[in-house]
Amino acid sequence: MIINRLRTWLTLLALASVLSGCSYNTFQTKDEEVKAAWSEVVNQYQRRADLIPNLVNTVKGYASHERETLEGVTRARAAATGMQITPEVLNDPAAFKKFQELQGNLSSALSRLLVVTENYPQLKADAGFRDLQSQLEGTENRITVARNRYIVKIQEYNILARSFPSNLTAMVFKYHVKPAFTVENEKAISTAPAVNFGK
Amino acid sequence: MNHTLLLALAPAPTGTMARLRAMLPALSLALLLALLLPLSAIATAQGVVPPTAKPAPAAVQAPATPSPTPQQEPVPPMAAQVPVPPLTAQVTDSIGMLTPPQRATLEATLGDYARRTGTQVGILLIASTAPEAIEQYGIRVADAWKLGRKGIDDGVILIVARDNPRDLRRLRLEVGRGVQGTVTDAKSNRILQDVIAPHFRQNDYYGGLVAATAALQTLLDQEHLPAPAKKAASSGASDLAGALPLVIIMLIGIGLIGSRMRRRGGSGGSGLDSNGWGRTAAGVIIGSQIGSALGGGGFRGFGGGGGGGGGGFSGGGGGFDGGGASGNW
Repeated sequence: MIINRLRTWLTLLALASVLSGCSYNTFQTKDEEVKAAWSEVVNQYQRRADLIPNLVNTVKGYASHERETLEGVTRARAAATGMQITPEVLNDPAAFKKFQELQGNLSSALSRLLVVTENYPQLKADAGFRDLQSQLEGTENRITVARNRYIVKIQEYNILARSFPSNLTAMVFKYHVKPAFTVENEKAISTAPAVNFGK
Repeated sequence: MNHTLLLALAPAPTGTMARLRAMLPALSLALLLALLLPLSAIATAQGVVPPTAKPAPAAVQAPATPSPTPQQEPVPPMAAQVPVPPLTAQVTDSIGMLTPPQRATLEATLGDYARRTGTQVGILLIASTAPEAIEQYGIRVADAWKLGRKGIDDGVILIVARDNPRDLRRLRLEVGRGVQGTVTDAKSNRILQDVIAPHFRQNDYYGGLVAATAALQTLLDQEHLPAPAKKAASSGASDLAGALPLVIIMLIGIGLIGSRMRRRGGSGGSGLDSNGWGRTAAGVIIGSQIGSALGGGGFRGFGGGGGGGGGGFSGGGGGFDGGGASGNW
């Protein structure tokens, strides 16, 4: 009987040490960190989307005949906000790619709009527009920072998921390698118009 | 490897008490190793990851032509970055833009403000941030200095890169998360464009910085932040984390001693009663739990806040998210 109990304890112990040895807990931590970093990315993109209607309205007041550009922004925003973003996006490379693509389209539509505004001195002098522009600028920078932090977190996570012996744990508990922001689609997306400011 | 050893031992053959007893020290050693191994694995895994992010992919996104958007310049991946100077005082002037008395006055103003409100404002004057844009450099400074109180995130950093080319920007206000309610991006931009730039255009650097400090404080005063902590006690948590291996060893030791005592005292030398083992096991399990709680939950960075006590000055652990504004003069 004593031996039986002893054996139970030993088995428990072995199990506990195996779990911690194969970094099961580390997976939990890293997974949560990745999720948190991802929420920040989504949050900042949302913040940008929230700024756009105001921006479009302000620009409309001064540059109403730039309809095409304005509509481009509105359309890209609608497409970007129309996508349902769940934590599962992280485990689905296709959805992740789509998310990137939509946000990238919005980025280029926005930069086209801001290039156009350069031609309207009155608009540029408008205090409301100036504020909106700096808000947008700050948010773009936040997006960059959030993306960078996400990339760092995803790197830590992916290293864990791929290196031995923790990859065995990853296999058993289905912790797959997660997608990071990639550079090549970024390039395809950012076809910014070439405009001479003539300053 | 240790785990396989343990696994092999788990279905212990019956009736070999003596052998088991002989293996006791070896077993506990193996356990200890098994516990410490993952810790070291984590440490190496973290070592693999470079401490700073690679240049943002968004940087590649930036158009080659100058655009009004704040996108960064494309940065070659391995370009040498300007190092972040260590934080030693509220005002870090690495290029001698200010005279010593001017610096002292500014530092006194900012130091008083930090003591009064807990909010830390830092000023960094450097020559250039090239090849990085000032935003990229700014977030590195913010992450390194950690101005502002931990959890409140009420730090603000003003960076002047005097000789930066215009498209990398020369002014940057890095605003902590906790004060972005009043020091909004728009307000930050106004401080740069309407308060600092006019002074700087006339080479009145000191005047610009004083005016900016005053404007910042006016905005920060509107934010309802918690009062500064009264001489925050040094965080006991990090001490605990340091003593972690010791705690584990002690717990195991207590368990072992317990089992020995029992063996000697009662049950006529048949020894190794389950309670002794139970205690060891409990010790190990509790130890590993404490370990993961401390290791995972992290007591990283600094605890308390409001530095600037007797001479030294350090960040309180505030977080930044890249909010703020950049500009030129």
